[in-house]
Amino acid sequence: MVELSGNLLYVAFIAYLVATAFFGGSIKAKKDGQKVEGKNKWAKLAIIITIIGFVAQVGYFITRWIAAGHAPVSNLFEFTTFFGMCLVGAFIFIYYIYKTPWLGVFTLPVAILIIAYASMFPRDISPLIPALQSDWLHIHVTTAALGQAILAISFAAGIIYLVKAVDQSVSSKRTFWLEMVMYSLVSVVGFILVTSGFSMANYEATFNYIDKEGVEAVYEYQIPAVIGPNEGELITDGRFEPLIETPAIINSKKLNTVIWSLVVGLALYWILRLVLRKRIAASLQPLVKNINLDLVDEISYRSVLIGFPVFTLGALIFAMIWAQIAWTRFWGWDPKEVWALITWLFYAAFLHLRLSKGWHGERSAWLAIIGFFIIMFNLIVVNLVIAGLHSYAGS
Amino acid sequence: MNVKCECGHVNPHGTVLCESCGKVLEEKEKDKKLLDMRYEGSARRSQTYNKTIIDKIWNFFSSVKVGVWLIVITLLASILGTILPQSMYIPQTIPAVEHYENEYGWFGRLYYELGFHNLYSSWWYLLLIALIGVSLVICSLDRVIPLYRALNNQRVERHEGFLKRQRLYGISDVPQNQEMVTTLIANMKSKRYKIREENGNILAEKNRFARWGPYVNHIGLIIFLIGGMLRFVPGMYVDETLWLREGETKTIPATDGQYYLKNNQFIVELYDKEKDGEVFEQALDRAGGVVKTYQADVTLYKRQGETVAGEQPELEKVRDAEIRVNEPLKIDGLALYQVDYKLNELHKMAFTLQNKETGEEFGEILIDLNNPEKQYDLENGYSVQVKSYFPDFEFNEDGEPATKSRVPNNPAFVFEMTAPDKPEGEVSFVAIQETIEPLGDNKYKMAFKAVETKNVSGLTVRKDSTLWFLGIGGLIFMIGVAQGAYWNHRRIWIRRIGDKVWVAGHTNKNWHGLKREIEVVFEGTGLNVPKDQQQDEVEGKVKGENHG
Repeated sequence: MVELSGNLLYVAFIAYLVATAFFGGSIKAKKDGQKVEGKNKWAKLAIIITIIGFVAQVGYFITRWIAAGHAPVSNLFEFTTFFGMCLVGAFIFIYYIYKTPWLGVFTLPVAILIIAYASMFPRDISPLIPALQSDWLHIHVTTAALGQAILAISFAAGIIYLVKAVDQSVSSKRTFWLEMVMYSLVSVVGFILVTSGFSMANYEATFNYIDKEGVEAVYEYQIPAVIGPNEGELITDGRFEPLIETPAIINSKKLNTVIWSLVVGLALYWILRLVLRKRIAASLQPLVKNINLDLVDEISYRSVLIGFPVFTLGALIFAMIWAQIAWTRFWGWDPKEVWALITWLFYAAFLHLRLSKGWHGERSAWLAIIGFFIIMFNLIVVNLVIAGLHSYAGS
Repeated sequence: MNVKCECGHVNPHGTVLCESCGKVLEEKEKDKKLLDMRYEGSARRSQTYNKTIIDKIWNFFSSVKVGVWLIVITLLASILGTILPQSMYIPQTIPAVEHYENEYGWFGRLYYELGFHNLYSSWWYLLLIALIGVSLVICSLDRVIPLYRALNNQRVERHEGFLKRQRLYGISDVPQNQEMVTTLIANMKSKRYKIREENGNILAEKNRFARWGPYVNHIGLIIFLIGGMLRFVPGMYVDETLWLREGETKTIPATDGQYYLKNNQFIVELYDKEKDGEVFEQALDRAGGVVKTYQADVTLYKRQGETVAGEQPELEKVRDAEIRVNEPLKIDGLALYQVDYKLNELHKMAFTLQNKETGEEFGEILIDLNNPEKQYDLENGYSVQVKSYFPDFEFNEDGEPATKSRVPNNPAFVFEMTAPDKPEGEVSFVAIQETIEPLGDNKYKMAFKAVETKNVSGLTVRKDSTLWFLGIGGLIFMIGVAQGAYWNHRRIWIRRIGDKVWVAGHTNKNWHGLKREIEVVFEGTGLNVPKDQQQDEVEGKVKGENHG
């Protein structure tokens, strides 16, 4: 069952890759004037492949649920994969409202990145600690993830808007920040390449070091340690000696991974720039040539409108009900709770700015990007760095 | 003060668009190509009066800009509180300031000094929340009442100036036959529009209730915030801790001595690779021991009659229960949660009275560490008296024996041993792995024999009568937010002017939806689909930018 589950996830992953290519093809076909009106054959195939992938992933989810005996949303791998699945689900839903293949070209790669990112974390089926043994696990977590995924559609739409609307003929703050967004996405690829590359090469370096309590401890690095631990001593032979040593308070292993990802991301980014001979956003512009900005803006807004109530229900209300049952209080200012509140406040501000201050179009697109950044921050940094009660995330 | 429109309707002072016919009443609005339809051009107090101090306060809080600023400041402040753990999540064993300084250096010290370790209960954070509450109330009142008036007073026949300044607007020839009009109305009805007809003019409207969504959700939020304040009303909220050893029966706090709880057994169970299935094998290998259950098996008792001081209360068993994480025990609005535990707490210690030289034993005593007796009589004239007992022994600042707490973590005794040949008794101080004979060399000693331990369950006793309030607030919020987000208020005006038909459309959001709906509704009616006047503008601008 576990093996079947894993295979279904692979199927889904590949289907999303293929579907992205087909969605891209559908835009190309349009541009070449083969067929101008509405849905073309490419887009139809693309959405069918997307749905096949989605069904496969639902299959992964169900089989893993059966194998584990609990909803597979209990560790970072499971939750993030589920988030990716919700993103695809939300895309399919929005696609049938607006019939827009270009949304697929931008949403599916984000989902692919998220699922690939998830796979970098331990994939074992883990037993539930007592605090997680509740039906509220799947009620709260799935609703929260679904809400975030719908909100994330507005990020994809926001990128499309900016790729089209930002003037690429001159360099400006707007082009800079849009490139920063592109670079962040490329860095995720960097993280995936570094982690999976060294894992395939079975790289392992063991360090003795002194932790912040002043006690001797051991670190196992799975990628070469550029950043070494406090008073670290390399034990494994023939491994890379750290260039920089960190104070004990900093988790050198995580910092090392972050720096590797950013540097490899930067290298990838500049290779892309050199190959493309222009900004990444500029080279994406032909893809969005025939897009109606007004429609993109509306999709972005609509997904926030649809996602906000779902997010509130899952990440705040269901969360509070469960917290009252498991932790004796519905709210305890745990970092994850606070960041859910921050996300909620942010989208509340987004909606008010839009409704009353007339922040449409480009401003709204930038806000959608910041919103997604907050969601990702809550998923990655709060789980891995700030931790707290929700830190079932693992290494 | 009131403004009478040419259509005869009397509007309150400050009205921009006539509530009834929509005629533009404010001079400066007349130059605009498109009308600002946000609150139907109704007379909002904040836009009309600005003289007294009350006006100024009202206008300040009724501004969405101020509201958004309050949200953003609260958001940023909330981020600050997650940089380092809040004081409730740090070990409580040393003073908070030391913890922050030890763990995070000067930054931790600064964080503490600025009060960020207790940020969410700081006066200024609570003030921010309160200001958001005030803003919610005033913003809503400023808008909802005039909006209600305007929507309630609207008539079918709208002013030309109103129609042509709508975002969706178009002109068609008058339909040639009545059939087309019938089709139109049938189409609209099938899309669940409510139709009003007057003099051949039509107003089709649906989902007006969606306009109340924001105000409903604001009411929900206000109820929620009030619910949060109720926490501080005495009697609404109880937060007590109850440590219960196995075999022990104690009064449950906050029940007025009505209920008693007995801990029969406390269990910590770990996952077992063999019993719990192979699927977890890898994870268990990686993580080591993973806890499966924390469970206290308890019996709940109710007191019978009145207690007389000094007498044991008469208890009647109510039921047996198991308290686990996620499965609290509920009694009369009170919930008991399994939150903490202590395994193998010392419970009883056994000693024998021994002749130091010969090792001959004269009987064994068993001391209940939570309730030691004063004197233990052994046979044949031997006895042991407990002169002093230190359950949690330490030497205090003056170097004298003392106890840190009443929990037997490190018990120590001063015994007086009496034997037939030592009738005045010998004194001996006995602690774990330590014996002192303060009054010279003794003949007898208390030899340690055995220890019995027990598990202790740490329960939280919680009552929170504000939950109902918060639940209702949350429910109303969800209803309001769904109402506003999932439905759109749409209107289509059709007015006959001369031999032409003027058509205008409005929705509070989701314009594409309305446009597509109008295309469907107008099919087979001979009416032209109205144009999006704003999009023409936007497209012109984008093109202009690209070429410019």
